[in-house]
Amino acid sequence: MTAVPSSASFSPAADLDGFVTRLDGGTAHIDLAVEGLRCAGCMSKLERGIGALDGVTKARVNLTSKRMAVEWAGARQSPTAIIEAVSRLGFKAYPFDPGRLEAAADREGRDLLKAMAVAGFAAANIMLLSVSVWSGNVTDITPETRDLFHLLSALIALPAVAYSGRTFFRSAIAALRARSLNMDVPISLGVLLAVAMSLFQTLNHAHHAYFDSAVMLLFFLLIGRYLDHTMRRRTRDFAANLATLRAETATRLLDDGQTRTLPVSAINAGDLVLVRPGERLAVDGVVESGTSEIDQSLVTGETVYARAEPGTSVFAGTLNQGGALTVRVRAAGQGTLLDDVNRLLEKAFAVKNRYVALADRAAGIYAPVVHTLSALTFIGWMLAGTGWETSLVTAIAVLIITCPCALGLAVPAVQVVATGRLFKAGILLNGGDALERLAAVDTVVFDKTGTLTLPDAVMAQEQVVDHATLEDAARLAMSSSHPLARALAAARPQATPLEGASEVTGSGVCVQVGGIEWRLGSAAYCGASDTVRDTAQGAAGSASLIWFRKADGAPQPLRVGQALRPDAVETIARLKSRGLAVEILSGDRQDIVEQVAREVDVETSAGAMDPAAKIAHVEALKAAGRKVLMVGDGLNDAPALAAANVSMSPVTAVHLSQAAADAVFLGERLSPVVTAIEVARAARAIMGQNLWLAAIYNAVAVPVAIAGFVTPLIAALAMSGSSILVTVNSLRTRFAGGR
Amino acid sequence: MNALIYLIPAALLLGLIGLGAFMWALKQGQFEDLDGAASRILLDDDLPEDQREHRGDPD
Repeated sequence: MTAVPSSASFSPAADLDGFVTRLDGGTAHIDLAVEGLRCAGCMSKLERGIGALDGVTKARVNLTSKRMAVEWAGARQSPTAIIEAVSRLGFKAYPFDPGRLEAAADREGRDLLKAMAVAGFAAANIMLLSVSVWSGNVTDITPETRDLFHLLSALIALPAVAYSGRTFFRSAIAALRARSLNMDVPISLGVLLAVAMSLFQTLNHAHHAYFDSAVMLLFFLLIGRYLDHTMRRRTRDFAANLATLRAETATRLLDDGQTRTLPVSAINAGDLVLVRPGERLAVDGVVESGTSEIDQSLVTGETVYARAEPGTSVFAGTLNQGGALTVRVRAAGQGTLLDDVNRLLEKAFAVKNRYVALADRAAGIYAPVVHTLSALTFIGWMLAGTGWETSLVTAIAVLIITCPCALGLAVPAVQVVATGRLFKAGILLNGGDALERLAAVDTVVFDKTGTLTLPDAVMAQEQVVDHATLEDAARLAMSSSHPLARALAAARPQATPLEGASEVTGSGVCVQVGGIEWRLGSAAYCGASDTVRDTAQGAAGSASLIWFRKADGAPQPLRVGQALRPDAVETIARLKSRGLAVEILSGDRQDIVEQVAREVDVETSAGAMDPAAKIAHVEALKAAGRKVLMVGDGLNDAPALAAANVSMSPVTAVHLSQAAADAVFLGERLSPVVTAIEVARAARAIMGQNLWLAAIYNAVAVPVAIAGFVTPLIAALAMSGSSILVTVNSLRTRFAGGR
Repeated sequence: MNALIYLIPAALLLGLIGLGAFMWALKQGQFEDLDGAASRILLDDDLPEDQREHRGDPD
């Protein structure tokens, strides 16, 4: 979790009551996302350490989701004290917004697991009876014993199918209501007909009954569904942790002048919030008091800072670079920019042509074919004059043997393995069908700011001052919390900090060195005139300036700017070598965009694009028959992300963009984009193989079934055999994408 | 064949007990944190202080 920006911290005075849920009997409960939680040792250290605190009644770590639940008796502890205690133990904890936690109660997963357990129990016991019947049929079983075993099987199978099959029945009914066919329709039909026919056969003292096939089919399919569900849930939990670690909190100013740290969901329109220097804005609003410079790169893509003064509109996701601001929160949807983006986003989602997933397409072909075959078998045997009873039994046997056990596993099993593979590489996938869309991509469109470049500013390579000055400025910068100063300090980690430096919030830092005053900060603070400032800024291009002055000397501008991600050049070369077209679309100035495009060797680039222009460009590419992968992080990218065939965002992206993207990647590197495409292509290939395996199996089994030679034993062997084959083949996806 | 009268109910009963145990464990939340459960076996919280070996501790 090293990718998470560490900007969030809670001052001791912060009031975190908004994160606490009160339980019955005065017990308070808080959920914390814990960073750095890895092993059994960490777990016991945390649980013991926090459990020993005064008043704490429960401290329970969940290692899977990297969270901790703490409960304490009413007034004897405070959330801030608990978070501090956690940090003393060597971990970073962030409180969970209770409004976000509804996903924690995983009802769906539990229901699936219960259904799976029941189906497994039933399958095992019926198989026990079935094996006896099969071996008895070729030796000396008496008809009475066989009937008894079949009746017992029915007794187990009927309630089990009724209970475990609900997921499929419900979905099949929903599909039929919508006048469409999904995979659950043939599954439900197959299972129900198998049970009904077996019951009929049992009552007629027949040799064969298919209870085992019906229940085993449900069991296999439920395993697939559950695996799929856990993988999705894990990704979702992780994404929620990340959101919390990024601490979407705001400091609300109360009427009596006190402040209170609250989750963003608890902030209402009209509230006053305090935004300290270096903080990211969590809300949209209008500046009420204070002046500052705002880094809007995450919202507009523009890297030159904008001035903020009373009356200026500011947006969530922007970074306060200068002084403290108080902001009056505006209701969402009134903001001009956000309004535009939201409107475009809605439109993009509405026109986004619904991609038909591979499994659904397979089901679309498969279901009618199977049902027709089965009907033809019935008619054929009727014409052959075997009587309606035998004909019906054979027709249903066809339906059972073709029941899409392998087909049902073919796609989800690959999705689960591929999602796990991507998860390990630091890529979180929003949905299974994103894999298929990723595999089809032939054009990659990058945003510049924050996507090709790193989200945080770093010291520029080209400087107009000499080395000694840089060194001195870096020493002074170590005493400042300003983002530009931090970038400067980070570039010279071995510099020694200066003692006695004092920071003037919103202006800069100063220190006395041997009777001489050193200043580092804004142009005005260092005494640079407006003309000097404008000239220096003009020469610096996209870089931002921080000024440094010794005593009465001339103020010196230091350049701090955006740096490319460490592997941006290499990643784009790799994308090109795989035959993908690469483009850059940015909201930044044209000359800056062209410069970056030259650096990373991309021919097609466009600057000064607003959200509507970005969408138009993506739509034009799509209209030309291209399959577009959009990679972007800003608010201005969100509509284009939604409009593209498939999209990715770095984890530092604004919330809206992450929500619109199909995948989110962690870390400073850009290579996850290549990995994602490679794994997706490999996964797509294996899905195809699996579908063919399932088809071949059917091609062999169906003629046997139509001829009327299928026994429950053959059905059971074929079904489990093909399922295992498909599952094992899916595991190969694990090795996709190298490493 | 008379043995079946005992054996079949016995087999079913054992299976049901297993199913019941699983449902109970599920309800108790034992499947909420599988990674944690795998690690907790390494903890020696149940031993008195002087018998503990701090091999799992990172420090």
